[in-house]
Amino acid sequence: MSDPLLRVEQLFCERDDRVLFENLNFSLAAGEVIQIEGQNGSGKTTLLRILGGLSRNFEGDIFWKEEPIGDVAEDFRRNLLYFGHQPGVKAILTPEENLNWYAAMHPAIDPERILDALEQVGLKGYEDVPCHMLSAGQNRRVSLARLYLSSAPLWILDEPFTAIDKRGVAEKEALIARHAEQGGSVILTTHHELSMGDRVRSVNLDKLAGTS
Amino acid sequence: MNDMQTKEPVLNRDQTMVGLFLAVLKRDLLLSYRRRSDLVNPLIFFLMVATLFPLGVSPEPEFLAQVAPGVVWVAALLATLLSMDAVFRSDFEDGTLEQTLLSPQPLFVVVLGKVIAHWMLTGLPLTLLAPLLGVMLFLPEGGMTGLMLSLLLGTPTLSLVGAIGAALTVGLRKGGVLISLLVLPLYIPVLIFGTGAVQAAVTGLPLAGYLALLGAMLALGIVMAPLAIGAALRISVSG
Repeated sequence: MSDPLLRVEQLFCERDDRVLFENLNFSLAAGEVIQIEGQNGSGKTTLLRILGGLSRNFEGDIFWKEEPIGDVAEDFRRNLLYFGHQPGVKAILTPEENLNWYAAMHPAIDPERILDALEQVGLKGYEDVPCHMLSAGQNRRVSLARLYLSSAPLWILDEPFTAIDKRGVAEKEALIARHAEQGGSVILTTHHELSMGDRVRSVNLDKLAGTS
Repeated sequence: MNDMQTKEPVLNRDQTMVGLFLAVLKRDLLLSYRRRSDLVNPLIFFLMVATLFPLGVSPEPEFLAQVAPGVVWVAALLATLLSMDAVFRSDFEDGTLEQTLLSPQPLFVVVLGKVIAHWMLTGLPLTLLAPLLGVMLFLPEGGMTGLMLSLLLGTPTLSLVGAIGAALTVGLRKGGVLISLLVLPLYIPVLIFGTGAVQAAVTGLPLAGYLALLGAMLALGIVMAPLAIGAALRISVSG
């Protein structure tokens, strides 16, 4: 067993005097998928924001490749794809312009693959339509096209299937499974039942917080 | 696992930095171009002040000539302040700011690009409009160069300092009032030396001292403000 990519030790977080989770420990190795479970308000998004380095309202340690995450922040960000609560899509830009911007922010991405990625998420023909003219699901798809572009090994996905139709969900699930097969790792939250079998481990926040 | 490793960019570091800066600049200019109505707002405010001032106080040319440097500078300052809240607001709301903070690219360059884009769309047009206001307020002809030069050096500093306030308050629902409270005290030195430069130009005194001070503030701002803005954005997004 190789070293875990990401390791979380004794994580504690509270919000408005309510403990969201404490003594949370888990590690994520290459090729693993972790599904964070919990009811609404149990702190799933908060946990993902902490793991992604967006939020610092926590106690405990997070290690990236066995180094404290604060010391290797740039390397961590280079290897991370974060799909947040808000899709990160500018409404007055077109899907292509949005992805061009993302490619500029992540130099490892080859901008020539953008049109290809848009076709993969079913947005061929919408490249030049401003995103505010697209539906909510299509906007999510613009953001999900990043999954096809990125070569980052760690994906953190917060509710990636919201507003996506059934076929789209099946495709994304297959994509996540393929990513894991190739040695990538995924942490995600979703209320969908994932059909990936043994590959998926789950971390349940309800039990930790004692809310159930 | 090897095929999953991120490829290092082949370009050298300086080239990628310039490329990133231009990409940020291009995106923000494009965003503003698509929302042109927001763009003219500070300019209209700027013009309105100069139009209403003589009506409200006195239309006497001698009096107006005396207050013109101050009025133009205060109007430019408030017009900049008015536009400041929007710099990071929409990026924060749609999650693109989050993505920016999560990218491996240096935040310094991204933030500097955004602020320069903001200046190109507020400070620069204000500077170009200023002679018109000068004429409307009977500013003596000798003061025009001083007015233009001081605004050209001063308004980028206003954008840089204002962006710190905008970054600190972007996470709050109603940041508009707080920005003014935070930023106005820091604007005062710029205002003093800016109007000082114009008054010196009007009376025929040498300008170089004032302009050097404005330039020094701008240089300090370019080096330090993006660091503060970046740190402030991380705090705001973290909250």
